[in-house]
Amino acid sequence: MTTFLEDKALQKDITTLNLGPTHPATHGVFQNVLKMDGERIVSADPTIGYIHRAFEKIAEHRPFYQITPLTDRLNYCSAPINNMGWHMTVEKMLGLELPKRVDYLRVIVMELSRIADHLICNGILGVDSGAYSGFLYLFEEREKIYDIFEEICGARLTTNVGRIGGFERDFSDKAFDRIRQFLKEFPPVMKDFEKLFNRNRIFIDRCTGVSPITVEQALGYSWTGPLLRAAGLDYDVRVLEPYSSYDDFEFEVPVGTSGDCYDRFIVRNEEIWQSLRIIEQALEKLKKEPEGLFHAHVPEFYLPPKQEVYNNMEALIYHFKIVMGEIENPATEVYHAVEGANGELGFYLVTDGGRSPFRLHFRRPSFINYQAYPDLIIGGLLSDAILTMSSMNVIAGELDA
Amino acid sequence: MGVITNQGILDKLNAQFPDAIQDVSEPKGLLTFATGREKLPEIIRFLKEDASLAFRFLTDLTGVHYPDRELPLGVVYHLQSMALNRRLRIKAFLPLNDPRIETLTNLFPGANWMERETYDFFGIIFEGHPDLRRILNMDDMVAFPMRKEFPLEDPNRRDKNDDFFGR
Repeated sequence: MTTFLEDKALQKDITTLNLGPTHPATHGVFQNVLKMDGERIVSADPTIGYIHRAFEKIAEHRPFYQITPLTDRLNYCSAPINNMGWHMTVEKMLGLELPKRVDYLRVIVMELSRIADHLICNGILGVDSGAYSGFLYLFEEREKIYDIFEEICGARLTTNVGRIGGFERDFSDKAFDRIRQFLKEFPPVMKDFEKLFNRNRIFIDRCTGVSPITVEQALGYSWTGPLLRAAGLDYDVRVLEPYSSYDDFEFEVPVGTSGDCYDRFIVRNEEIWQSLRIIEQALEKLKKEPEGLFHAHVPEFYLPPKQEVYNNMEALIYHFKIVMGEIENPATEVYHAVEGANGELGFYLVTDGGRSPFRLHFRRPSFINYQAYPDLIIGGLLSDAILTMSSMNVIAGELDA
Repeated sequence: MGVITNQGILDKLNAQFPDAIQDVSEPKGLLTFATGREKLPEIIRFLKEDASLAFRFLTDLTGVHYPDRELPLGVVYHLQSMALNRRLRIKAFLPLNDPRIETLTNLFPGANWMERETYDFFGIIFEGHPDLRRILNMDDMVAFPMRKEFPLEDPNRRDKNDDFFGR
């Protein structure tokens, strides 16, 4: 007669667990097939590509202007950074110089969207560790940033903001008022949020030591952005290869030490403060610039505002030529990188003088960061895997392109 | 560390690998050169391990398809040296009937998915890659969709025919 224990019914077994594709904690559509030994993960197999939309292929068939909406949909939490990155790539290809005022306006929009992106990420990290209220505080502030975007360009999420050579229209007084109001109202809320989390015993216990990474490993995985900085390397495209007008501003690059979830959280929080600093400086510098200048004078590349198209023959001609893709562009290759919210967002553009890119490749930080995910979670607990994913800020649109 | 120019990097490479560096150019200031697939892993290893260059960061890896060229499939590597604060671009061109090149995964673990993506879209086979599968497209797809001969839309569709906008 077999006893209960000899009968293998209670023997330790490896369970297969599907985390995703639509698990609430994956914040998007990606699957992880985990092999579990009790609560511990022994192997992980990630699958991505559920929302792959062939952006690079579509881009080969579109004039340069019509690619901007594609970039919106990469990292939709901070769409303006993607837009501006693309415009700057085209400007680099065409060799355009922009007035300082346009650069400052761009910096304001980009830093606002960086704040919005970090707010989402850190708020969600709180939710995934069981603290909902911080997320609710921050969401209201994010809405205020979206109000500013709405005032600037008329859209909130997929902003399509800016044009090659500048902006479609000047910032209204109301937009500047809203930005100033945000700069005044947001810091106290952010301080509250930090009070709620930074020294919270439960949060610290859940986050410290979860999926730590060394600088060497992070560099090997080609990590950039807050993830690399949390590991301890102060690599920031804004500092090392200043684009737009970032070399005019004073700001610090926060770094962590261990690269674990808690460090990533703190680094993002600190970056929000630095972004606020940059916006304040930009507003100050704007006062010295001539008013009403919102684009470079490059009529053959800059799509004129609609009102001018209706009333001005030259504007109508250029509008027509640009929309039909008749821009004179050189056959060259450009790699332009901007500091996206997740890391280095690069655009590799190959042109042959035609109306659309010969080849356009997006270096998407989420895609490159996420491949380290299995290595980070193997050996850990399932609950740590959830926190690791939210602290990596993987945006499904950017992952799949 | 002293400032080293693009020419300085090139001189070092030429001294180490005579005749391997071709088509040198500097579009928008970024040092660009092409090389054969035999020498490519060695060159990248040298760039990574030489202390005065230290190109230890693989920024990007992707493919380009030039259907009119003799060697139509290009693999483009962007490397970065944080010590020198400098980027460079290396290309290797492959024939269509034998698109094989050595993997970089042993040098950069991050090359894993970038190579899978390039394989998925261009059909470039990275020899020695631990897990060369499709990544964004479905597994039973037969075509390599970023090649130029692969149409953007299903050619049998009539509802999207709009010749004015290049589709």
